Amino acid sequence: MARYVVDVMPKPEILDPQGKAVLGALPRLGFAGVSDVRQGKRFEIELEGDASDALLAEVREMAEKLLSNPVIEDFEVHAQGERA
Amino acid sequence: MKVGVVTFPGSLDDVDARRAVSIGGHEAVALWHGDEDLRGVDAVVLPGGFSYGDYLRCGAISRFAPVMASVIEAAGKGMPVLGICNGFQILCESHLLPGALIRNDHRTFVCRDQRLRIERVDTPWTSAYAAGAEVTIVLKNGEGGFVADEPTLDRLEGEGLVVARYLEGNPNGSLRDIAGISNERGNVVGLMPHPEHAVEDLTGPGTDGLGFFTSLVEQAFA
Repeated sequence: MARYVVDVMPKPEILDPQGKAVLGALPRLGFAGVSDVRQGKRFEIELEGDASDALLAEVREMAEKLLSNPVIEDFEVHAQGERA
Repeated sequence: MKVGVVTFPGSLDDVDARRAVSIGGHEAVALWHGDEDLRGVDAVVLPGGFSYGDYLRCGAISRFAPVMASVIEAAGKGMPVLGICNGFQILCESHLLPGALIRNDHRTFVCRDQRLRIERVDTPWTSAYAAGAEVTIVLKNGEGGFVADEPTLDRLEGEGLVVARYLEGNPNGSLRDIAGISNERGNVVGLMPHPEHAVEDLTGPGTDGLGFFTSLVEQAFA
């Protein structure tokens, strides 16, 4: 079984209201000195077969087509090792 | 004209949109997200709501519904398509319109009677309005902040593709106060406010939204 992780983050120039809400809550919990929070999404995808460049390319295509919106988000894909 | 209104799982305003289509003088045809058949309609409305629970991103999953393949193909041939609120989000996710809608900058859901200026009136959805007409139409959204990069915004403004703009305060952080846009041809229009909720005096702030549903007939007779 091949496992890949897709991390999707709002582009730096796009306002992230959810991150801002978290940023506002942290000091109220006593966490001082937090200067910024950005909130994204993490997808863990399992595919049949062994990890390969072809599967990586397929996951990348999933990220481009569905998991992220290139207008507002950037993504990164990497293979995930077996769970510890 | 026969105007189709698509129901997705999670659509809320499909019935109101069909009602507005009828009040506008057209035959409303219910279309189903899982059916590629557009049933011979002359135009399509993608209504508001929370299709697929807004999971992933608003409109991101609806964009790949079977009906959307037909809508995208028909839009490419010039069929009028109006996306309202969630429908606007679906049109952006479909790349029929540029930009995207993100969570309101103030992070709260907004529901109010919104003043708007109608700026592009040579579309099949807005021809009933005078250019620059100021109207009041219901606005209700959680993720209505229109964003696009600066070149795209400049192009929208320069080519006159901004259909409607917020007046008297920006309700959701939309860049350049943009409430609605169109494609170059004008047949595809996305709008965050809800004209289908402003077609009768009894329910809503007035009838200023009716023009979106009567424009089609005026286009047909033009």
